[in-house]
Amino acid sequence: MSDTSFVRLEMLPGREPPANKTGVMRWLQENLFSSWLNSVLTILSAGLIIYSLNFLLSWAISPTWNATSLANCREILHDIGRNGHFTGACWGVIRERWIQILFGFYPSELYWRPILTLMLLFVALSRILFADKVPHQLIWLTAVYPFLMPWLLWGGSIWVPVSVATGLTAGFYTYVLVSRNSSSFAALLATIAVALFWVIWAGGQFADALSSLVLIELEPVASRKFGGMMLSVTIGVVAIGFSLPIGIVLALGRQSNLLIVKALCTGFIEFIRGVPLITLLFVASTLLNIFMPPGTEFDIIMRVIIMVTLFASAYMAETIRGGLAALPRGQYEGADSLGLTYWQSRRLIIMPQALKISIPGIVSTFINLFKDTTLVSVIGLLDPLGLSTAIRADADWNGIVWELYGFIALLFFIACFSMSRYSMYLERRLQTGLK
Amino acid sequence: MTTSMSAPQKPFRLSMLIYDTRYRSKTIQIAALIGFFCGLGWLIDNTVTNLSVLGKEPSFRFLTEEAGYKINQKLIEYTAQDTHLRAAFVGLLNTLLVAVLGCFTATVIGVVVGVLRLSKNWLIARLMTIYIEGFRNVPLLLWIVFIMAILVETLPAPSAFRGDSPAASMILGDSVAISNRGIYVPEALFSRSLGDISLFEGTSLQFEVSLDLVAILAVLGLSIWAAKWLGTRADRIQETTGKRPTTWYIQIPLIAAPILSLLFTLGFHLGLPELKGFNFSGGTHIRNSLLALWLALSLYTGAFIAEIVRAGIMAIDHGQTEAAAALGLRPKRIMSLVIMPQALRVIIPPLISNYLNIIKNSSLAIAVGYLDLTGTLIGITLNQTGRELETLLLGMMVYLTISLGISFAMNWYNKHVKLVER
Repeated sequence: MSDTSFVRLEMLPGREPPANKTGVMRWLQENLFSSWLNSVLTILSAGLIIYSLNFLLSWAISPTWNATSLANCREILHDIGRNGHFTGACWGVIRERWIQILFGFYPSELYWRPILTLMLLFVALSRILFADKVPHQLIWLTAVYPFLMPWLLWGGSIWVPVSVATGLTAGFYTYVLVSRNSSSFAALLATIAVALFWVIWAGGQFADALSSLVLIELEPVASRKFGGMMLSVTIGVVAIGFSLPIGIVLALGRQSNLLIVKALCTGFIEFIRGVPLITLLFVASTLLNIFMPPGTEFDIIMRVIIMVTLFASAYMAETIRGGLAALPRGQYEGADSLGLTYWQSRRLIIMPQALKISIPGIVSTFINLFKDTTLVSVIGLLDPLGLSTAIRADADWNGIVWELYGFIALLFFIACFSMSRYSMYLERRLQTGLK
Repeated sequence: MTTSMSAPQKPFRLSMLIYDTRYRSKTIQIAALIGFFCGLGWLIDNTVTNLSVLGKEPSFRFLTEEAGYKINQKLIEYTAQDTHLRAAFVGLLNTLLVAVLGCFTATVIGVVVGVLRLSKNWLIARLMTIYIEGFRNVPLLLWIVFIMAILVETLPAPSAFRGDSPAASMILGDSVAISNRGIYVPEALFSRSLGDISLFEGTSLQFEVSLDLVAILAVLGLSIWAAKWLGTRADRIQETTGKRPTTWYIQIPLIAAPILSLLFTLGFHLGLPELKGFNFSGGTHIRNSLLALWLALSLYTGAFIAEIVRAGIMAIDHGQTEAAAALGLRPKRIMSLVIMPQALRVIIPPLISNYLNIIKNSSLAIAVGYLDLTGTLIGITLNQTGRELETLLLGMMVYLTISLGISFAMNWYNKHVKLVER
């Protein structure tokens, strides 16, 4: 019997794929030159990138760091043979004014205070932002920070924030004690009574008494000295801190089946969302004092913070309402079937999930809020943009555009971009895999 | 005798207002209402007291007083002798002008960039990402003043256009001049004009409507309607007989002929800007303030719209693309016939809120001196008359009306195109 088997008995060794189907070549072909249209686009945009990078670099590399005025810059550039409009950046303005763009007119010997405040802010936030990576004890700093921050920035006696904190603690314990023996509604009333008592009468006396005993105070700094990035960050951080809880309450109010509560919340949200922030800032600068009891003199930064907070709260409420609406009906029903009260179910079941869903929206509200702080320049506060107008009006730097605005834009970009990256990280970390 | 199975009725006690769920919601609501009115009353009381101390009784009489300031970029006739109300009206029209322009260009930019960001071309997609992140993470106000500064500092002055060998020259066949005072474009002129008709004659809101424009719009509308009708008729014939009559050779003249003959009858010609003395004259002058605001609003909002468009397209299941491809559709038609119509349903609601943002953000005009509603009513009028309460109230109400009106209309439209879910 002859062997007619034509079946191959041994394996052939694997061969390399063709050169244009691997590595760099394949990537280039798939991503840049997949069709003639794509090739044209690639070449055009590569040309654009090379052209603008070339232009930008030759402009940015310019020995004008020590210049004292725009004319001086032009001379320096002229001496090295660079003439014309876009031959070189004039970095002198940044060297001379960067500290002002950061701190405004804050007394220079006290710069450590805003810097310390900012660093403490990161430490205080770290417990919330990176809960799994930092020690638990830091939560105390987070709790103390809201009282520490205004004291560090504005200065004055330490007993004022301590008195506010004491009042809040007293209110909290009143609530806990009364609600243990009575209903939560009665506890709420008792808490309000304690708070009013503290605000109107006891708080000031308490602070005064302690001040006369031991005086611990920092040199006070007036609000009009605040400026630059520091002002933007202050307004932004305070407004962000307050707008989240107010937004949650407003969102719950808008979802509630209590008709009047719902109407009030909806009316507030729609009103705020329907008008531009700038009109609200005008209210802050011209009207808010008229709304207050005669003789009240509100600090301008305080007024701005109030209006910005109200503004951000309305947007925050809508973002959170989106999260609440996205929760499956079953979650609400499940909470009800466990016999939880309204606040228990919101706190333990609904809010954590709703907030998780709305993280991207919340962070983008934060980013918008931070960007909107630049609007205070319109009512005359010296935030980075307000300062840039002042710097451009200076005879030395009249006509400067790119360097100054570029620097400010870079500062904002870094802040906003890192916020948005953090939100992506948080989303991934909280991803439970269940949709 | 039947016995009632329900629990015996307890007598009403005051504590039941808090503990009994039947009454509690009412208690809370009434408490909220009382709290609200107390707060409101407190504010109003403070305001009345403060205003009477200042000697300023609330009154809107200032609206009919002479404004005394000039508005240089305006859509309707206005002089410094007109009233504050008319100044506010001019401002409102300026707001609407920049909002409409901004919405249009932002949508175009947004759709193009959003689609390009999904491009398979790595380089293009990265470039679009840089554009989007760059604009989204920097404040709009910064963009507005930045673009304004660029326009003023880097463009040639009108004097640069003068002389035998000028440093700058007009573009598009000497019809458009780009200078640091703004852009001068040709204006439409009619030598046999039909004239204007005045609306609201004799009041502060009086404005002229050009009959030429009305006639042009009417003729254009009618001819487009006729061409469309022809197209639908062709569709009908195609459905019944299977043969589609060729219509383009009727449709094109149907649209072009009436409008061209109307323009000829009206004596249409362009008024070109010309350099005279220190500045350009003739043509339409688009000021830097309007340009900066318009450009910044479009580029900034365009970045947001691009993300919305991208999210909308990505929300469509990939199976839709595959199914369409299985039917033999080409990629372009898949996009326009299958993906886009579905994506639009996701895109429209956030798009509405971005349009509203443009309207609200146009109030930043005050930073570059473009006199919109905020610039006139809440800016100069407030400063001149000292009527903070009235001007702010009026300004806010106008913005609120516009916002609510648009969102109402758009939601109504959205409801009509929404997917009907079962």
